[in-house]
Amino acid sequence: MDAITISSVTKKFGSFLAIDDLNMSIRDGEFFSMLGPSGSGKTTTLRLIAGFEKPTSGTIALHGEDVTRKAPFERDVNTVFQDYALFPHVTCLDNVAYGLRVRGVPKAARYKRAHEMLDLVQLDAKAGNKPSQLSGGQQQRVALARALALKPKVLLLDEPLSALDMKLRQQMQVELKHLQRELGITFVFVTHDQQEAMVMSDRIAVFNKGRVQQMGTPSEIYDRPANMFVASFVGTTNFIPESVVSKNGMESGHYSIRPEHILFSSPSASISDKEHVSIPVTVFDSTYLGTEYRLLVRTGKGTTFTVVRPADEVVPERGSQVAIRWRKDDQVRLASVKGE
Amino acid sequence: MAGNQGLTVSSPRRGVVGVIHTLMARRAEQETELKATVEMKADGGETASFVPVRRHAISSFLYNHPMLHRVALLALPVGWMGLVYIVALVALLVTALWSVNEYTGQVEMAWTAANIVSAFTDALYLNVTARTLFIAVLVTVVDILLAFPIAFFMARMASKRSKKVLVIMILTPLWASYLVKAYAWRSVLSGSGLADWLLRPLGITSPGYGLAAVILTEVYLWLPYVVMPIFTAFEQVPESLLEASGDLGAKSWMTIRDILLPLIVPGVVAGSIFSFSLSMGDYIAVGIVGGKTQVLGNLIYTDVGVANNTPMAAALALIPILIIGLYLTLVSRTGALKRL
Repeated sequence: MDAITISSVTKKFGSFLAIDDLNMSIRDGEFFSMLGPSGSGKTTTLRLIAGFEKPTSGTIALHGEDVTRKAPFERDVNTVFQDYALFPHVTCLDNVAYGLRVRGVPKAARYKRAHEMLDLVQLDAKAGNKPSQLSGGQQQRVALARALALKPKVLLLDEPLSALDMKLRQQMQVELKHLQRELGITFVFVTHDQQEAMVMSDRIAVFNKGRVQQMGTPSEIYDRPANMFVASFVGTTNFIPESVVSKNGMESGHYSIRPEHILFSSPSASISDKEHVSIPVTVFDSTYLGTEYRLLVRTGKGTTFTVVRPADEVVPERGSQVAIRWRKDDQVRLASVKGE
Repeated sequence: MAGNQGLTVSSPRRGVVGVIHTLMARRAEQETELKATVEMKADGGETASFVPVRRHAISSFLYNHPMLHRVALLALPVGWMGLVYIVALVALLVTALWSVNEYTGQVEMAWTAANIVSAFTDALYLNVTARTLFIAVLVTVVDILLAFPIAFFMARMASKRSKKVLVIMILTPLWASYLVKAYAWRSVLSGSGLADWLLRPLGITSPGYGLAAVILTEVYLWLPYVVMPIFTAFEQVPESLLEASGDLGAKSWMTIRDILLPLIVPGVVAGSIFSFSLSMGDYIAVGIVGGKTQVLGNLIYTDVGVANNTPMAAALALIPILIIGLYLTLVSRTGALKRL
């Protein structure tokens, strides 16, 4: 059975349409990410699942049970908030034990469990400290321990890593993924960072303008983006201009090609064939990024392409006249954007 | 030398300001000529001139002398605090140790503790102190009880617009003179006043002038001072804390008891300090609506104004100072002042 089933949910804030007829199922035990720019409806969807918002229409079911009209405290889900939302006036231990306390668990039992949870996030040493005495990363772990203390079947995470610095964020991404595998519960993770979503998720839903643009595994989303929005939001991509499409005998429509699928060849070899597209270009920028080169090239008509090549490859210098070339199999045909 | 014209200020103003302006403009011109000669050959061979750095003699002197900076900043307020708070208080204490010549009625600088002993032991004074304390406590409690729902509604339920309107409505009475408001209550509570007219159908007569009238009037007078800090405290509690509490299973009343109330204690304390200390020191409202009610305030007033017994007045004035000092100590024991 699916952990979460969202059926025909619409959410309006005044005249603003935050969620537009959303249908989505999140499977039991998966790491599911909701990815999108701000205002795309991903956080609203999370808040609808948690019960902080009521849908304007439609239903939400948790493990088959309709919870649309239920208050947050009646739902078997817990949330890790973006700002952690730790209670500032009590210790970390009391923060973690709070959920058990309001459920009437006796003192000894709830503190034992709270210590276990703090141990799980390697912070039992800070049990007696107030949240303000902890670093951002530590507060984040306490928030995680607090949400997990109630053994929820579904854990909701609202951009929990966005306030951490890059190194810590990457470390937490791996830890969260491992934790989710270990506990075997469903994680629903909201993020605007496509790389973060790719690293952690079993499946990703890409949101824009209150609609899910595409739902699938990270590789499905990256390699076969459904439309122009997904192609441009997830990773870097090049949209192939009309003139190139018609000149190379492709069916008219929108196409994209990833920067790493483009190769360089000499300008004299800039002849397209059945399997390849080739265009003469000028290199106008080249950046060395340690693991790769990132080059910007411009066609005679002024279209810019981004090309990414491995660092051990020899790449053309700035100002040189070359040709770019890619396999037609690597390009992706895109639909227009939903909701536009 | 393109771009320099904008820096020369022509000043047609008259008077001292005009003179200073002209001087500054002249100086700026000289500096501009000096510094703008520094020019840079940019990559493309175009000339780009620097915007000259202006010298600020005083600012840069203070920048290099941080101690002097601090002294300049604090000299005035520290001097004022020292003069008004410390010197006045010490003078008061000293006066309390003087005595009044029984025959001439003149204040004599003959040292005696009799005034202070009598202020703290005489049945009359103890009685009046108890009454004053009773009024202050009751007014504070009633004000907090009234302010609570108002502040809660303003901070957490009202729309942005009505919140502004409500804040203005709460603060507007502060624009009217304290005396006017006390007299307004005098007329409301008079034998044929508004209170009497409203209450008569219910078979109740106006409380008239006395203890009840004093409490009623002071509750009204100090209410804005109690509402505002509680309102601010309510407003500063992040919504996510309340959501987190609900998310962890707490019903609304538990969230209020465990999260909201502890977090607004500092605001309540701040408000209570206002209403308590203002009530402890009041004598005008008592004089206008209090009838024969005697409190420390009007006792001191009579001693100074009518009896010309400044030493006794000073000794009596020590009572509210002591009580408020005690109150602040008690409050700071609870740790509430730390979070003010």
